[in-house]
This record gives sequence, structure tokens and C-alpha cells, in this order.
Amino acid sequence: MSRQRPLSPHLQIYKPQITSMLSILHRATGIALSIGSVILVLWIVALTLGENTYLIYSNLINNWFGKLIIFGFTFALFYHLSNGIRHLFWDAGYGYDLKHAYISGLAVIISSLLLTSMTWLIVYLRIV
Amino acid sequence: MAEFALPKHSKIVKGIDYPLKGDSQNTKKINVYRWSPDDDENPRIDSYTIDLDQCGPMVLDALIKIKQEIDSSLTFRRSCREGICGSCSMNIDGTNTLACLKSIDDVKGDINIYPLPHMEVIKDLVPDLSKAYEQLTSVKPWLQSKSDPEKGKSRKQSPKEREKIDGLWECVLCFSCSTSCPSYWWNGDKYLGPAVLLQAYRWIADSRDENTEQRLEELEDSFKLYRCHTIMNCTKTCPKGLNPAKAIGEIKKLQLERK
Repeated sequence: MSRQRPLSPHLQIYKPQITSMLSILHRATGIALSIGSVILVLWIVALTLGENTYLIYSNLINNWFGKLIIFGFTFALFYHLSNGIRHLFWDAGYGYDLKHAYISGLAVIISSLLLTSMTWLIVYLRIV
Repeated sequence: MAEFALPKHSKIVKGIDYPLKGDSQNTKKINVYRWSPDDDENPRIDSYTIDLDQCGPMVLDALIKIKQEIDSSLTFRRSCREGICGSCSMNIDGTNTLACLKSIDDVKGDINIYPLPHMEVIKDLVPDLSKAYEQLTSVKPWLQSKSDPEKGKSRKQSPKEREKIDGLWECVLCFSCSTSCPSYWWNGDKYLGPAVLLQAYRWIADSRDENTEQRLEELEDSFKLYRCHTIMNCTKTCPKGLNPAKAIGEIKKLQLERK
């Protein structure tokens, strides 16, 4: 060998696949959830510190940007939950052929969007 | 930690454009990854425009045509040209496959050809597979038994038992699946990858093999086996239509059962 061999391109050239995109979204939502849970815990901490701190924290979140973050958190929660159930089926040995992997992937996307919008509908219409 | 960008010496630069010689209405531009160990250049993309009326139907035919008529230094592996030897695996149009099984007509627009992803390149489209072969050797892909077969006879297997290795024995070891797997890209030094795990399961599932327990024991490792996150790029890309993800799933299931 006359000199160091190059590494062939990978992420740069590999066509995005439904398979890998749903997988990376699972990881991304997992990371989002762990950061999001800190926001959630701080909210509760603020509550225990009394009315003033709670109001300050609420004002911090109660604007379009804060709501966007919480909306994202809700989606992350439902996507990670739905896809987690999909993973449980795989672990039990079901749904490995490509056709079923696509169908379950689609089901995960639909259910996470549906659950997210239902949650926010309930919040906005003050149903509960 | 996974390295997402290409190292400096692997960055791809613009290469040479070989326009069509002569006249034709039916042409295709083929962009090929080139790298030679004999100079000091970075990898580059050379573009060849070929006359499809004077070319066979498969991407491998196009590569052979380029090598014969335009640039004899173009280097790639090939042998059987019918999907049984597994030599001409490469990344075509963004996914891994065998060049001999990939029809030129299946690719819209230019055809982009790269070596199998995230591998050391020996030359042009030839990746270094020695690490992958070492991993294959590590799972002892041969029949292991303590007992002897009946004198003068081969080991018996019922049609039902034989069925269990269908979808496994057909693997031609082209490593399209392993090199499509992001997990193998980031942890290929420790994770065995779909191709090798499918081979491992081929012997675990074989009723004649008597070393199943030992085989499973050796695979029970957070890196060797459990770096599989069921991404399923392997199954999506397999040019033989096999299902490595399912084979790995079966191994994981057996690991649970023996605990």
C-alpha cells in the first residue's frame, strides 16, 4: 500500500430510506424526550417553590415559542411511544418483512400525529 | 463516537468528464467514484456518457463497456454477471446492490456509482473486505458436530428441518446489507453486521449442527449482536431479497429463551 486508503462515502450518498428515517426519528425523539423531561421537572420544582416562582416559569413557557417546544415534546412522546410498541412486536418476532415494516411504520406516523393533535385539541377546547 | 463527516483525505473532488464519442439519441451519463493508490489525489467523480443502444441492459454491462472502450484503468470486482457470486456489490443510485442485477432502466437520470459505503477503498469501486471476512470467520460458518453420521451416509434432515434454512443459504456474501447499516458504519469494528449475523443464524437454524448453544453463547454480546436496532436498511437493500433483520431478530429471540 503506497498511502492511506480513503473511507468510502456513506451518509453523504446513501438514499434516505423509510426504514432508516423512522429509526433516526426514534432516536431523535428519545433525545428530545430526555431534554423535555428536564423542562417538565423544572415546572414541578417551580410549583413547589411557591406561587411567584411558578408564575415566572409559566410566563416563560406561555408564549408561542414555549408552546412550540411543548408541542414538539408531545409529538416526541407519542412517536417514541408508538414506535416503541412497534419495536416490541419486532422483539417478539413479528413484522420483519418489508411490507409489514412499512405498514407498521405508517401506522406509527398516523397514530403519533393523531394522538398529538387530539391532546392539543383537548387542551384548547378545555374538554377536560 | 460516530464520525459523520468524511476524513480530509477521503473528501471527493470533481473529476474528468468523458463526453459521448459519436452520435446517439439514447444515452446515459454514468458518474463513477475513482481513487487510485498510485498518485496523491483525493477521490474524484468521473463522468462517462455512453450510448445505450450499444450496451447491455445491466449497470455491470455499462461498467464493462466503459472499461473496454473509454477508460481501461476503471477498477471493479465482477465474475458471474448473474447474481450468484456476489462480487460486483456497490452503491448504485444511492442504495447497495449487485451491478449485474441492477437494470440501467431502473435508474432515472444519471447513474451515480460509489463503492460499498463506509469501507476502506483499495481502488475505485473495490473496497477492502478483509475485516468483514474476519468477522465471518469468527462465527465459524461451517457444520460443527460431536456425533458421527451413519456409516457411509450423509447426515439426515427432514424436509421440515431443511425448510428452516431457506432464505438463509441463498446469501452470496456480497456485504450489501452490512454496508447499508448505519449501526455497522459507526460500530463496524465490534458489531458483526447483518451479513455475518445472517450467516451465524444459518448454522444456528441448521438441524444438523450440534453446536447451537456455543454459537448463541458467543453472540451474546452487547456489541456483536445487540448493536442491531432494527433499522432494516439491510432487508431493504438485499439484492437477493433475503431478510437479515429477521434472522437477527430470531437470534435475539433465542437468546431470551435460553435465559
